[in-house]
Amino acid sequence: MKISKEQVEHVAMLARLELTEEEKQTYTEQLNSILEYAAILDKLDTQDVPPTAHPLPLHNVFRDDVVKPSISQEEALTNAPDAEDGFFKVPKIV
Amino acid sequence: MLEDFEIVAGVEVHAELATKTKIFCGCTTEFGGEQNTHVCPVCLGLPGVLPVLNRQVVEYAIKTGLALNSEIAEFSKFDRKNYYYPDLPKNFQTSQYDLPICLGGHVEIEVDGVKKRIGITRVHMEEDAGKLVHSGATISTSDVSFVDYNRTGVPLLEIVSEPDLRSVDETVAYLEKLVQTLDYIEVSDCRMEQGSVRFDINVSLRPKGSDKLGIRTETKNLNSFGSVRRCMEYEIERQAEVLSEGGQVIQETRTWDEGRGITLSLRSKEEAHDYRYFPEPDLVPMVIEREWVERVRERLPELPDSRRERLLELGLSAYDAGVITSSKALAEFFDAALDKFKDPKTLANWVMGDFLGLLKAKGIPVQSSPVKPEGLAELLNLVENGTISGKIGKSVIGEMFESGKGAAEIVKEKGLVQISDTGALSGIIDKVVNSNPQSVTDFKAGKERAIGFLVGQVMKETKGQANPGLVNKLLKEKLETM
Repeated sequence: MKISKEQVEHVAMLARLELTEEEKQTYTEQLNSILEYAAILDKLDTQDVPPTAHPLPLHNVFRDDVVKPSISQEEALTNAPDAEDGFFKVPKIV
Repeated sequence: MLEDFEIVAGVEVHAELATKTKIFCGCTTEFGGEQNTHVCPVCLGLPGVLPVLNRQVVEYAIKTGLALNSEIAEFSKFDRKNYYYPDLPKNFQTSQYDLPICLGGHVEIEVDGVKKRIGITRVHMEEDAGKLVHSGATISTSDVSFVDYNRTGVPLLEIVSEPDLRSVDETVAYLEKLVQTLDYIEVSDCRMEQGSVRFDINVSLRPKGSDKLGIRTETKNLNSFGSVRRCMEYEIERQAEVLSEGGQVIQETRTWDEGRGITLSLRSKEEAHDYRYFPEPDLVPMVIEREWVERVRERLPELPDSRRERLLELGLSAYDAGVITSSKALAEFFDAALDKFKDPKTLANWVMGDFLGLLKAKGIPVQSSPVKPEGLAELLNLVENGTISGKIGKSVIGEMFESGKGAAEIVKEKGLVQISDTGALSGIIDKVVNSNPQSVTDFKAGKERAIGFLVGQVMKETKGQANPGLVNKLLKEKLETM
């Protein structure tokens, strides 16, 4: 499997990253070398191995449906870059 | 034009679950709090927090799956659905991808007396997103938008149907049945006006006789059966026009503009979805023990179909049984009243007529009716045993709604007890007969109907309190002696 520069551009767009031509080149190479390394795994026969859902040998960690106090509006907005009237304020969406 | 095509539709339904807390944190799910006050570091997606799954969400999902005849997965997990939109503070929605909690299933609908089984593809759990308020009239004309994260993390079930729907009527019938089922099993409060149930409609057309699927569009976020109907009618017409002119329908997401009654393209092809799902590392998988499933199954309440069947067996018409079982609250009201008043047909007439009419006029739901099932039964027993006439009963039920007083109390207070005393009625009958000689002549001449007028006059004289059957009998006796 080989990653093209177009794929790097696509992923960058999805992640809202602005990349220079140079960076695109670098990341294409780096991602390809990572994939190449991981391709070692292709040598294993995984026919009868179920995909890993989680690395920890745990399941069914639940909590009861009991209300806990929320934080205040003021606290919620403390780290917001911009806020108004108790709302998070965000730039133009589309 | 339309008659050349067959409609193929499938629906995704998002239902907010009636838990007290959010899916992954202890914040309340209560509707309508001040903005950004039902939030915490978990649902705000602050760094370093860990979500913990609400057990009740899983239980409600199992319950829903059982009611929809689905298979409950033995192993299930959550995944991240990645996309950038400010109503998601984490930039991904925690959802389920390849191992949903429920697989398969079906719902039975009936349209114009024809029964049909609509397949369910899957049911999965996910979190709801926040609410956006735009500074301008629409999202695209707004310079800024405001975000309220109170709804973020409210548990949702997404119920996906197979593309089995072939008409607008079938689609609406399916949605009504689904919402009715969710209401019956009490997993969602189903308050459509608050957006607790939302519909995404996928629809495509194909030439009649073809078995290939056409290109579909998806219209998102409809929140009433009425808008589903109007939206589908518009979208079908639009697609038929495009196809008839030799054009191609574009596969896209559309939005319904209720004000203008049209659908609009929402996302262009360039921004095609690429959600890059991957397993959620912050949540461990679920192993759903069969004992748990069986425990939920045992507590599953009676479902709409079987309830309706039971009412049909009591002799109610299909229409009456349908209306009474349309909501669980009304069906329970009916059953509770029937416990104290044993004539199902008469009860159905009163429930569907005066009772629902008064509720509607006052805009109150069945649950908060001032007239309780026992109260209605008390009234109907008074009519049944002849204490009051049916006509008086109708005014008494109105009074019960107004004052909250019991039927017997009102009847006693207002002296409405039916006059079933021959002596008391004879005098009034004499008076009516004497002042209406024409009707008497008519009756004598063989016009049976004339007696109806005379009965009416007696009822009027007694302000509706006379026993109509007795009046009829006494009048006939009187006229025959004349």
